[in-house]
Amino acid sequence: MNTTVADTYGSAPTDFYCAKEPPAHNGTLIGFWIYLMSDCFVFAALFVSYAVLGTSYAGGPTGAEVLDLPGLAVNTALLLISSVTFGFAMLQMQKRNKAGMLMWLAVAGLLAACFVGLEIHEFLGMIAEGAGPDRSAFLSAFFTLVGTHGLHVTVGCLWLIVLMVQVGRFGINEANVRRLQCLSMFWHFLDLVWVGVFSYVYLVGVLV
Amino acid sequence: MSSHPANWNFLTGRFTLDSLPFLNPDLEGRIVLVTLIVVAVVGLAILGAITKYKKWGYLWKEWFTSVDHKKLGIMYMILATVMLLRGFSDAVMMRSQQAVAFGSNMGYLPPEHYDQIFSAHGAIMIFFVGMAYIVGLMNYVMPLQIGSRDVAFPFLNNMSFWFTFWGAIMFMVSLFVGDFSTAGWLGYPPVTELAHSPGVGVDYYIWGLQLAGVGTLLTGINFVVTLIKMRAPGMSLMKMPMFSWTTLATSGLIIATFPVLTATLLLLTMDRYLGTHFFTAGFGGNVMLYINLIWVWGHPEVYILILPLFGVFSEIVATFSRKPLFGYASMVYATLAIMILSYLVWLHHFFTMGSGASVNSFFSLTTMIISIPTGAKIFNWLFTMYRGRVSFSVPMLWTMGFLFTFTIGGMTGVMLSVAPADFLLHNSLFLIAHFHNVIIGGVVFGIFAAINYWFPKAFGFRLDEFWGKVSFWGWQLGFWFAFGPLYVMGLMGVTRRLSHFDDPSLQKWFIIAAFGAFLIAIGILAFIIQIYVSIRRRKEYAVGNDPWDGRTLEWATSSPPPAYNFAFIPRVHERDAWWDMKTHGYKRPLEGFNNVHMPSNTATGVVIGVLSFVCTFALVWYIWWLAAVSFVGLIAYAIFHTFNYHREEHIPAEEVRQFEHTGNWSPETQGATA
Amino acid sequence: MSHSSEHAMPSEHEQHGDSMHVHHGSVRGYLTGFVLAAILTVIPFWLVMGHVIDSREVTIFVVLALAVVQIFVHIVYFLHLDTRSEGGWNMMAFIFSAVLVIIVLGASIWVMYTENKLMMPMSTQSTMQPMQQPMRQPMQPPEQ
Repeated sequence: MNTTVADTYGSAPTDFYCAKEPPAHNGTLIGFWIYLMSDCFVFAALFVSYAVLGTSYAGGPTGAEVLDLPGLAVNTALLLISSVTFGFAMLQMQKRNKAGMLMWLAVAGLLAACFVGLEIHEFLGMIAEGAGPDRSAFLSAFFTLVGTHGLHVTVGCLWLIVLMVQVGRFGINEANVRRLQCLSMFWHFLDLVWVGVFSYVYLVGVLV
Repeated sequence: MSSHPANWNFLTGRFTLDSLPFLNPDLEGRIVLVTLIVVAVVGLAILGAITKYKKWGYLWKEWFTSVDHKKLGIMYMILATVMLLRGFSDAVMMRSQQAVAFGSNMGYLPPEHYDQIFSAHGAIMIFFVGMAYIVGLMNYVMPLQIGSRDVAFPFLNNMSFWFTFWGAIMFMVSLFVGDFSTAGWLGYPPVTELAHSPGVGVDYYIWGLQLAGVGTLLTGINFVVTLIKMRAPGMSLMKMPMFSWTTLATSGLIIATFPVLTATLLLLTMDRYLGTHFFTAGFGGNVMLYINLIWVWGHPEVYILILPLFGVFSEIVATFSRKPLFGYASMVYATLAIMILSYLVWLHHFFTMGSGASVNSFFSLTTMIISIPTGAKIFNWLFTMYRGRVSFSVPMLWTMGFLFTFTIGGMTGVMLSVAPADFLLHNSLFLIAHFHNVIIGGVVFGIFAAINYWFPKAFGFRLDEFWGKVSFWGWQLGFWFAFGPLYVMGLMGVTRRLSHFDDPSLQKWFIIAAFGAFLIAIGILAFIIQIYVSIRRRKEYAVGNDPWDGRTLEWATSSPPPAYNFAFIPRVHERDAWWDMKTHGYKRPLEGFNNVHMPSNTATGVVIGVLSFVCTFALVWYIWWLAAVSFVGLIAYAIFHTFNYHREEHIPAEEVRQFEHTGNWSPETQGATA
Repeated sequence: MSHSSEHAMPSEHEQHGDSMHVHHGSVRGYLTGFVLAAILTVIPFWLVMGHVIDSREVTIFVVLALAVVQIFVHIVYFLHLDTRSEGGWNMMAFIFSAVLVIIVLGASIWVMYTENKLMMPMSTQSTMQPMQQPMRQPMQPPEQ
């Protein structure tokens, strides 16, 4: 804490208050981290529903029949590379290199957009085959869990675009640094959730 | 029934004139019509008065767009009080129906209407009375207690309030437009599935709760960050006032549970809107999954409600016993233990579902264990009073009432925690009596204790003692008359949620219960009279900054506090910081002020609140175009808001100095001028 | 006014330092994380797509174990979670959430699993009559 000499050792009257305004602590980063922790619980509930309903095929297709592992491998790679490139963008931000940062952000954003595009393609293909979310409880749980993650990535992309515009206009100022740090956490967090999704929903899903 | 999804048109979705229940010529329609007329007359009178006295600008600038935690706290309290009247009207209707509906007399409420009433009563009392009151209290008191200028995210705080507000409006609108859910306060499927509840009632329920739930979650995050980041210098965690500790625990639980509620309701929404099969009877759906998930939220929720009130009682008992709280550290650890354990007991709400002996035994044991830290708290309060100089003011009266009533409620809870006993008592009136015993005896008594305790801080005058005592005795006696018979009947095996009974021997018990509701009505009326009388006599009842000889920092500043709370941020050395300051001859400084940085007011919370309401209301009625337009508007406005980088202004030192010389202070703390 | 800006300056610096305090990682850190994550992703894909292990249960266990390891790789190398940032509150929030998430997942699955297990016999006629239960015993092994 920043204490002036008078505050710490002074006579009793000044001892009970800070004559100078103490530093303001910005809570945005810890606040956003706590928001991410709360988001874990949304995903926990969706994982529970998938765990419970994952084999309720109701006579419809099973996981092994509808889940596309090669496509999944591509998607997983896209998201992982996107995560790393976002990290590179953050390193450029630290160096206050605006152009470099925007370039890496664009790469990360494009990769994530490809991820969303492929996922939508996968979903539409499944629905066209009659394996839509209304076919069985298993497919309901699958579409909801994977779709919720995909929706998060979509929101992340939208946020990324807005931030790129703001950095372009206002530069790497303090507020923008904070926002980028939040988005960075969001981005990596979604990759982390995806680890759970591809392992449990897809890889385990085709086995059971 | 007109709101069936089959009758759908592009412009108004499934809304037609038949959706307005007050146009029906039957008894139910007449009841709704009378209610509508009363609400409309009162509403128009209020709006007219605001217009006549040209107060719209004042309300908009000083309240609706305010990011001041104190004003938001007061708005929450007002919202909760209005909703208490609504929820209590529902209770009165249920009690009067059950008192008369025996044998050939079917009462005045058809089952369809009766079911809506108990569903609305439960959901409103939890979400818009209990939650709104505790969030209001935490908002008002916690930043003051930790010596902070505001919460960590003041704008978010404003937005949270508007989410809660519009959630409440969603419930209120369902009274007059369409109907409400008939599926109980937790909306169990398969009743809430589209096949069994095709109307708008369940959709009102879902979207109302989603709005309120998002608001509450944001509040939880906000409070945790405030407590982590904004405590006054020197206030280590173990020097935090007890109420702030319980706020931290409750907010932590909110963060860990409300997302589960959001997700669970989302799954139900998917079933109703997109034809998925999470909880349907066929296609592999699993009803019990809903019951499991909703109680993962539902059980911690009751601890979310009660923990802040444990904090309130701790503050009140210490203040009015003129002693530091007994066993502060054990109180903190008990709070944390309850916080974790509350996450391990949810299955006791459905022992009868059939998870088998080992699962039931586990949750039965955890439920019994959680009563231990709660019991430890009771002893701490008793020992704080022991050999203290206890003064029986109104807040203390509520506290004593709490200790007596809540302890009995806790013991019936332990009875229910025995899984085999629960097989007999499940869904009986015994259960109803039990949870009203802890919620009224704990939460409601705590809220009234807190209102009587902190009202002088918020407004600069105290509340009337006589009407406060009438209110207390109305509630205390009314509670036992209303719920004592329910305990008795529950043990006889009478089940809940019935609108008609065949056995005439039960009628005497229901008449006693109805009399109890009448006494509680007197308690509520007395509370309103208490507020009214106190406002009338505000000159006579005026107090300084520290009317109770308090111990914590909120009593250090003026009553009401200035926008910036403290001219100088306090420096904390001891646990009861204000007591410490007083005993060491603290003199309030009257010179040397600094400019104070404060967040600016913003209309964003209001706009986003309105747009979310329009969007969800359109979803309820299947008015897809309106939902899409308002959703896009919502996103666009949120993005627009992020382009505003200038969200702070400062209060000049001169203005601070002026207030510090004219504010409402007790003579003894008037320091330097003396 | 000039007086006030003097007061504001240190706090802004502090605020600046506050948000800068967060650990940012380095190219090396991100690449290490990437390589580890890639390895931990390739192995489970290989195990499942190549049918490497005969036992389904063992494969599932290994896949899930690797997922947990990879989650920690992400937390350390990408999210930079450590005990120092934000005075340890980041870590505190993480541990709190992790414990409760495990409780939600574990206990819910336990509850629903036993529930399903106990419900199953009800749907088949055989266990409705206790008399027939001994007869089911010899019939079970071939079913499995």
